Amino acid sequence: MQLPRFHRLRSAYYHLEGQACSACGAVQFPARRSCLACRSEELERRPLSGRGTVFSYSEAVAGFEGFAPPHLMALIELEEGPMVAAQLSDVEPEEIEIGMEVEMVTRRIRELAPQGYIVYGYRFRPRLEVEAGR
Amino acid sequence: MRDVFIIGVGQTPVGEHWDLGLRELGASAIDAALKDAGVESVDALYVGNMLSGSVNGQENLATLLADAAGLLPAEAFKIEAACASGGAAVRAAALAVAAGAHDVAVAVGIEKMTDGLASTVSAGLATASDQDYEASHGFSFVALSALMMRRYMHEHGRSREEFAPFAVNAHQNAVGNENAMFREPISTEDFGRSPIVASPIGVLDAAPVCDGAAAVVVCSRERLGADHEAVRIAASAAATDTIALGPRGDILTLESARHSAQRCFAATGFKPEQMDLFEAHDAFTIITALSLEACGFAPRGEALRMAENGCIASGGCIPLSTAGGLKARGHPVGASGTYQIVEASLQLRGRAGANQLAKAGRALTQSVGGHGSIAVSHILEA
Ligand SMILES: [Zn+2]
Repeated sequence: MQLPRFHRLRSAYYHLEGQACSACGAVQFPARRSCLACRSEELERRPLSGRGTVFSYSEAVAGFEGFAPPHLMALIELEEGPMVAAQLSDVEPEEIEIGMEVEMVTRRIRELAPQGYIVYGYRFRPRLEVEAGR
Repeated sequence: MRDVFIIGVGQTPVGEHWDLGLRELGASAIDAALKDAGVESVDALYVGNMLSGSVNGQENLATLLADAAGLLPAEAFKIEAACASGGAAVRAAALAVAAGAHDVAVAVGIEKMTDGLASTVSAGLATASDQDYEASHGFSFVALSALMMRRYMHEHGRSREEFAPFAVNAHQNAVGNENAMFREPISTEDFGRSPIVASPIGVLDAAPVCDGAAAVVVCSRERLGADHEAVRIAASAAATDTIALGPRGDILTLESARHSAQRCFAATGFKPEQMDLFEAHDAFTIITALSLEACGFAPRGEALRMAENGCIASGGCIPLSTAGGLKARGHPVGASGTYQIVEASLQLRGRAGANQLAKAGRALTQSVGGHGSIAVSHILEA
């Protein structure tokens, strides 16, 4: 059981909270002590938009305990710049491609057996507003 | 800093050792290395290991092995650096001797993976990544490498089948290594047909789960004997990169591997083309490709072309993983970095048996952990 861990991570997991650097303007996720680009410690926390594109992806065939198939994983390049590793939802494995536009959704990300504790947090799905705008 | 020499090496066969535990495997490799060096005691023992806590329920591992190998009351502790642990343990031993703290030290890399269920081993290996932002989201060791491979294929216009030469070469080299786990050659067609584990990575891209231990004895120049077939550690360096893949500027440049290799080249004045062999961290074919590029053997995006041209075979411009590598000798995680140094030392001593290269004066060994977040490199010289 790692309840304190996931409680501590709630801002990142539920709001995709990152940081904007007051010195150079770079945006980073997750929050850290200093700016990766310029090392400034003048950082402002802010939730990111959750919009991005698929930079790379993989489907795990042999499952990983606590994760139900299809187990789809991607690196998402967020529109603010940072890259985040997350599971994909609401998409068939064969539909995924590099460059696909995605958006964040809050979903179940892991079940910690045997106690049954369920961790919720960000996943990404194909962007709905793109289709609505057509 | 004092010069440091490898005067003895030892190894167990790599495979599934159902009748041997951590203490038997470790003591066996240490004993063989001490006999090879002709020494009965050492000042210190450094143990490279990743999973003894999570898979075997055994920490304080170095004390266990010092006890089992009859080295008490020597200084002993464990060095953990994910898959690079075995390289890091040799570096710790070399530093201890170079600094003058000790005159004779032994490093052993060891992993006993078959004690755990597959799910326990997978979860243990995943702790090399960022637990908060990768492992907890289901990104296994394989999946993170798969993301790098997919992106490499995309940026360089390659198919997964084109990674075959690395696996084919490793299996070919393992045929001549009696300590290797897989001593059967494979074909390009076998590689293409192998089932997918995490797309685009297939079974034959990946190194196997297994058990093994390898050890090296190092000493100062003063302790070199007339009978020693000594190999000098000409350079040793370790470097790190972000623990998670996301924050890296470019996921296709292994910065840790680049920095650690560059420090070795800078310290010796050698260039990549002056190496006679490269013991690369071929846990996955993509990591082999990225390591070749990071160390300066191939320009960015050109590693597959090098492999296609036969450059990585024995007799090629840079023979790769001449004893089968992690892929076919086997990848007992925390031991692999030490196996690389044992195998390179045997080449430089002219004792690599069926796999002996015609010219083996200098070798680069590189052990990479946590999908490139840490790398330990050594240049060895005959
Ligand atoms: Zn900044």
